[in-house]
Amino acid sequence: MNKIQRNRLVDSGFKYVGIFCTFFGIVMLLIFIGNILADGLSRIDWDFLTNLPSRRAAKAGILTAWTGTAWILGLTAIISIPLGVAAGIYLQEYGKKNRLAYIIELNIANLAGVPSIIYGLLGLEIFVRVLHFGGSLLAGAFTLALLILPIIIVATREALKAVPNSLREASYGMGATKWQTIWDQILPAASGGILTGIILALSRAVGETAPLIVIGALAYVPFVPTTPMDEFTVLPIQIFNWVSRPQADFLVNGAAAIIILLILTFIMNGVAVYLRNKWQKKISW
Amino acid sequence: MKRSGEVIIEKVLALSGIITILTTLGIIWVLISESAGFFADIPLTDFLFDTEWTPLFAEKHYGILPLLSGTFLTTLIAISTALPMGIIIAVYLSEYADKRFRRTVKPMLEILAAVPTVVYGFFALTVVTPFLQQFIPSLGSFNALSAGLVMGIMIIPVISSLSEDALYAVPKSLREASYGMGATKFQTSFKVVVPAASSGILVSVILGIARAIGETMVVAIAAGQQPNLTLDPRQTVETITAYIVQVSLGDVQHGSLEYKTVFAAGITLFVFTFLLNNVSFWIKKKYQEKYE
Repeated sequence: MNKIQRNRLVDSGFKYVGIFCTFFGIVMLLIFIGNILADGLSRIDWDFLTNLPSRRAAKAGILTAWTGTAWILGLTAIISIPLGVAAGIYLQEYGKKNRLAYIIELNIANLAGVPSIIYGLLGLEIFVRVLHFGGSLLAGAFTLALLILPIIIVATREALKAVPNSLREASYGMGATKWQTIWDQILPAASGGILTGIILALSRAVGETAPLIVIGALAYVPFVPTTPMDEFTVLPIQIFNWVSRPQADFLVNGAAAIIILLILTFIMNGVAVYLRNKWQKKISW
Repeated sequence: MKRSGEVIIEKVLALSGIITILTTLGIIWVLISESAGFFADIPLTDFLFDTEWTPLFAEKHYGILPLLSGTFLTTLIAISTALPMGIIIAVYLSEYADKRFRRTVKPMLEILAAVPTVVYGFFALTVVTPFLQQFIPSLGSFNALSAGLVMGIMIIPVISSLSEDALYAVPKSLREASYGMGATKFQTSFKVVVPAASSGILVSVILGIARAIGETMVVAIAAGQQPNLTLDPRQTVETITAYIVQVSLGDVQHGSLEYKTVFAAGITLFVFTFLLNNVSFWIKKKYQEKYE
């Protein structure tokens, strides 16, 4: 075999290596989801969703966990969406050339790389101790809101950037002020992209475990939280707690809870991808 | 009238941006002020050179090395998995695959990054470890190897998608020149396009490393919670992040030395990820306009 033939062989061989690698991760995930379904699907019934936690694996349910997750999702959204979108608007529409905007931008790039557990330490000190929220839903939501803020800001900027300048100029030409232009023209035009970013960021918050453990969310909460100041647990922490126990029955519970968590994550991501595609098709300006 | 309203709005918007700066300052302040109390009691030399980390035991040692070695080992395994996979995927998608294939596969890869990390931990503990034990009988039920491998799978999309963007940005003329010299696609990809995109690929790898160092749940579940100064991937190790989780789960008194160890561990973690992020940011800025 001469050199040319060998080169061609390597070239066509790489195609298969490429396909193999591309699907390796996805296939692993499918194997895993199959495993989880086999382990946990039979455990899911009405009682599992509506029972309080229990020392006995067969009686334990995820009522407090999923209500905690729902609370956290809602509160985090309320805190992070206005802040993130406002900061994104400022950076993209107002602060193109000033120093403050440059520092904020640099800072956001840095924050995006800070491990989530460090946000937990921040929340523990600021929200739990200094502001006296304790290990409450509110402390958890503020911590997660800070964590996902960079994602929402970046997504907002990208969406605003995609709005063509002609729209801005037309609005100014009609005598609109800068804010009127942003509020009435730019934001509606960018809303699809912003919404996609928000949903992805919130889905990240739903899956976070470590920062909430650090701020003192409990694994065993025998009541459904009714106010933002209540102590709480969330699905990922409940899963972590069950997985950490040696008894096989609790692993089954863990698998069942993972199915619920994955359904939630995949629905949120699916909606985000759907919105993104729809929005991209619409803007052929 | 209108103008003053406009100015107020701008100020309010800027304030939201400033919150992100306050977040960073808050993180730095919290880490420094709490770990200052730690370093007032424990000499820095003990922290850096003692080979044991046992703050929760009767006989206490405060050497960070076992936690660092645990973090280093799991990160190394993760990157050894994610780096070749990620780059091969990036080259395949950017140079070989047709457009439609790329469009369908990329969102599928992103699903890997969307799955909550606690789920990956479960995967490592209940699927990967038992599977590997068939081939490596000495593998402990908590070990660095399966935690690292699963973390690697999780990081593949970080490396593949950023690297692919870098490869895609390499101008066509370079490829055409290479084909003109009679090179195959494989030769062109790895000897022309990959080197030309090397700064972007490097950034993706650094971000992947930073991600692995900061990852918590996978290692807390599957690698164990036992500080262990070893580079043997079959053994139980504890990472910095897993230690923070371990202490947070227990009943540690606020203000105690045990409580402060968490912040000393946290500041160590923060320093590493901060440096890596800044290096990647610097590389990105420096080599950005190469082809423009």
